Amino acid sequence: MAISLTKKAAERVDKYLKNRGKGIGLRLGVKTTGCSGMAYTLEFLDQQNPEDVVFESNNIKIYVDPKSLVYIDGTELDFTREGINEGFKFNNPNVKDECGCGESFTV
Amino acid sequence: MALLQISEPGKSTEPHQRKLSIGIDLGTTNSLVASVISGVPTILSDGEHRLIPSKVLYDENEVLIGHDIPEHKNIISSIKRYLGKKLKDIDTHALPFKIDKEREDIFIQTHQGLKTPVEISSEILKKLKQIATERFQDDIFGAVITVPAYFDEGQRQATKDAAQLAGINVLRLINEPTAAALAYGLDTKKEGVYAIYDLGGGTFDISILRFSKGVFEVLSTNGNASLGGDDFDQIIKHEIIKQNTLEHLNSEDHEKLNNIAKMIKEKLTKNDHLNEHLNFKNHNLNVSLSSKTFENLAITLIDKTIQCVKNALFDADLNVTDIDGVVMVGGSTRMPVIQKYIQQFFKQSLLNDLNPDEVVAIGAARQAQALSGQSDDDTLLLDVTPLSLGIETMGDLVEKIIPRNSTIPIAKAQEFTTYKDGQTMMKIHVVQGEREKVSENRSLAEFILKDIPPLPAGAAKVRVIFQVDADSMLTVSAEELTTGNKTKVEVKPSYGIDDKSIRKMLEDSFINANIDKEFRSLAEIVVEANQIIELTEKAITEDGHLLDENESHSIHKSLVDLKKEIDLNDPQKIKEAIDMLNNTSTSFAEKRMDRSVRSAFSGKNINNIDY
Repeated sequence: MAISLTKKAAERVDKYLKNRGKGIGLRLGVKTTGCSGMAYTLEFLDQQNPEDVVFESNNIKIYVDPKSLVYIDGTELDFTREGINEGFKFNNPNVKDECGCGESFTV
Repeated sequence: MALLQISEPGKSTEPHQRKLSIGIDLGTTNSLVASVISGVPTILSDGEHRLIPSKVLYDENEVLIGHDIPEHKNIISSIKRYLGKKLKDIDTHALPFKIDKEREDIFIQTHQGLKTPVEISSEILKKLKQIATERFQDDIFGAVITVPAYFDEGQRQATKDAAQLAGINVLRLINEPTAAALAYGLDTKKEGVYAIYDLGGGTFDISILRFSKGVFEVLSTNGNASLGGDDFDQIIKHEIIKQNTLEHLNSEDHEKLNNIAKMIKEKLTKNDHLNEHLNFKNHNLNVSLSSKTFENLAITLIDKTIQCVKNALFDADLNVTDIDGVVMVGGSTRMPVIQKYIQQFFKQSLLNDLNPDEVVAIGAARQAQALSGQSDDDTLLLDVTPLSLGIETMGDLVEKIIPRNSTIPIAKAQEFTTYKDGQTMMKIHVVQGEREKVSENRSLAEFILKDIPPLPAGAAKVRVIFQVDADSMLTVSAEELTTGNKTKVEVKPSYGIDDKSIRKMLEDSFINANIDKEFRSLAEIVVEANQIIELTEKAITEDGHLLDENESHSIHKSLVDLKKEIDLNDPQKIKEAIDMLNNTSTSFAEKRMDRSVRSAFSGKNINNIDY
C-alpha cells in the first residue's frame, strides 16, 4: 500500500510550497482526538523525522509517521471544489465511519 | 465533508477547533474579505466577485448587499463616511438618503425603519462573514478589520460595534497602510523604513512605516481627503470637452463624460496613444490623447501627492534616501504616469506586483492568521495617534500629553497643580488637536476631579494619565497625589470627526503656527501676571503694615501699570511690567521673609540650626 496524491492535489501542493518559499514536502497524519475518534492532519514539512515513511507521488514527497500510517495507508489525497469551498480531501479506504463534517473518523 | 487546508508544521488544530480567521477591508466604495489558505493569503469570492460594493438596500422583507441589489433602487452607499459621526458633523443637504433630523445621532430612513450607520455597516460585514463561512463550511473564529489611519477613537469604536452586531469577533483593528505593508511581507525583511503610497478613487494617503526588531511602527501619516483617481478622470474630461468644443452640458452629460474619461484613463495604462471615436448625444466624439499629453495634464495632481509625501517624510524626520521600499496601494496607482513619477521621486523600483485593490485585505488576512495563533508569524503592529491629545490648562492653553504620531499603545502621565490657594476641584478637559488655544481644538471629554485638599496654590499634585490602547481607544485618569486620593475617570470615546477635518486641523496648525506661538506666549505671561498680582495683593492685605508710604505707593503704581498692560496684549510690555512689580516689591518681600525667618527661628541659637 502507499499514500498518493492526485495530479490536481500535487499541483496545488507544489504551488503552495513554492509560495511558502521553504519546505521539502507534505506531512500527512492522524491525531487521536475528535468527535469520531481520529482526525486528519495536513502540514507543510521542513524537516524529516528519522522514523518517517516517505512516499513520492506526482513529484511531491509525502511523509507519514509509522503510527499514523496504519490508519491512512492506501489514502489518496485529492483537491476538490464544493460550491465556493475548495480544499484537500482524504480518500481513505480504512474508514468505517466519519463524523458529519468529515474532519474526524473511525477505522 | 470538510475540506482540509495545509497547516504550518506542528500547527494542526483539533477537529472542530480550527481557528478560521479572516481579514476584512471595509471600504467606502468596495469591501473585500480574505483569508490565509494553505499558507497563501487569498481573496474570498462570493462565487463570482472578489470586490463587494459597500452598498445596502433595505427592502420590505430583506436586506440586500452589493451585487445582490437590483439596479435603480434606493440604495445606501458610502456609509463609511458617516460611521462614528453625529448629525451636527455632517452636511445634511447633500445626503444620498433620508435621515431623521430630530435626533443627535444619524438615523437613516429605510423600508425597515430607522437604521444607524453602525447597523448598515454591520450588514456589509455580515455579508463578508457569510462569504467566508460558505467558503469554509465552518464558523469564523475572528477577523482583523482595517480602518483609515486617520480614523479617530469614535470611528474605530463604531467599526467595532458594527462588527459585534454582525457577530464577528474582532481580533484587532489595523490601519490600512500597515495592512498593505504586511501583504508585501515587509515584516519578513530584516529591518527597514517603508513608504505606503495609497491613491484611491477619491482619497490619497501616504504613510511612513518602520520595521525593526520584529515590530512595525507607523512613523507618520499624511494625505489629501479630496484627491484621487476621480480627479485624473476630470482632467481627461476637460480635454475631451476642449477637443470637441462641447457646450451646454447638463449633469447627465457630465456623468456620461466622466465614464468616458475613466475608460480612456484605463486604456491609457496599456497604450501610448489613443484615438477614440465615440457616440455622444448622437454626435461623433473624437478623442486623441497620448500618454505624454496626459502626463503633462496630470503632473500638477501628482505633484500634490508628492508634496504630501514630503510632509510625511518631514514629520518622520527622514530623507527620501532613508526609504527602503515603496508600496503602491489603490486602483489609481495602476496609472503608468504615477508609477513613473513616484519611482523617480523615491529613486527606486516600486512594490506593485500585487493587485492594488486587494493588498489591504490580503495584509489583514495575514495579520488575522498571526493573531489567531496559526502561523509562525507573530508580527506585532504598532499604529500612531493621528492628532495630539492633551488637557486644558490656565489661560485657555492646551498642554499636550500624547503628541501626534505617537506609536500606540501608549500611556503617559503628567503632573499638574492647583492655580489658586485652597482650590479643591480641578476640571480635566481632554482635547484633541494641534492648536495652542483650547477652543481651536476638538473637545473629547470633560470631568471634575473633586476632594483635592485645600492647600496653597501649587502645592497639590494631580497626576493625569493618558492611555491609548492598541485599538486607539483613549482612557484618561486623574489622581491627587499629596493625599493619595484616587479618582479614576474613563473617557468614553467621542464620535464624529473625519479624515478631512483631521487634515484641516493639521493644516490650520501649520498655517497658524505663528499666531499660535504668539497666543501661547501672551497667554502664559498673562497667567503669570495674574498670579503675581494676586500674590502681591494678598501680601499687602496680610502685611501691608510693614511698608512705608513710599514703598506702598510704588508697589501700588506697579500693580496698576501691570493690570493696564495685561489689557493691552503685548507680551513684552507685560513682561517688563512684571519685572517692574518684582523690583518695587523686592524690599517688601525681604521684610516679610525676615519676619517669618525670625519667627521660625525665634528662641533658637544660630548654632543649632541645620542648613
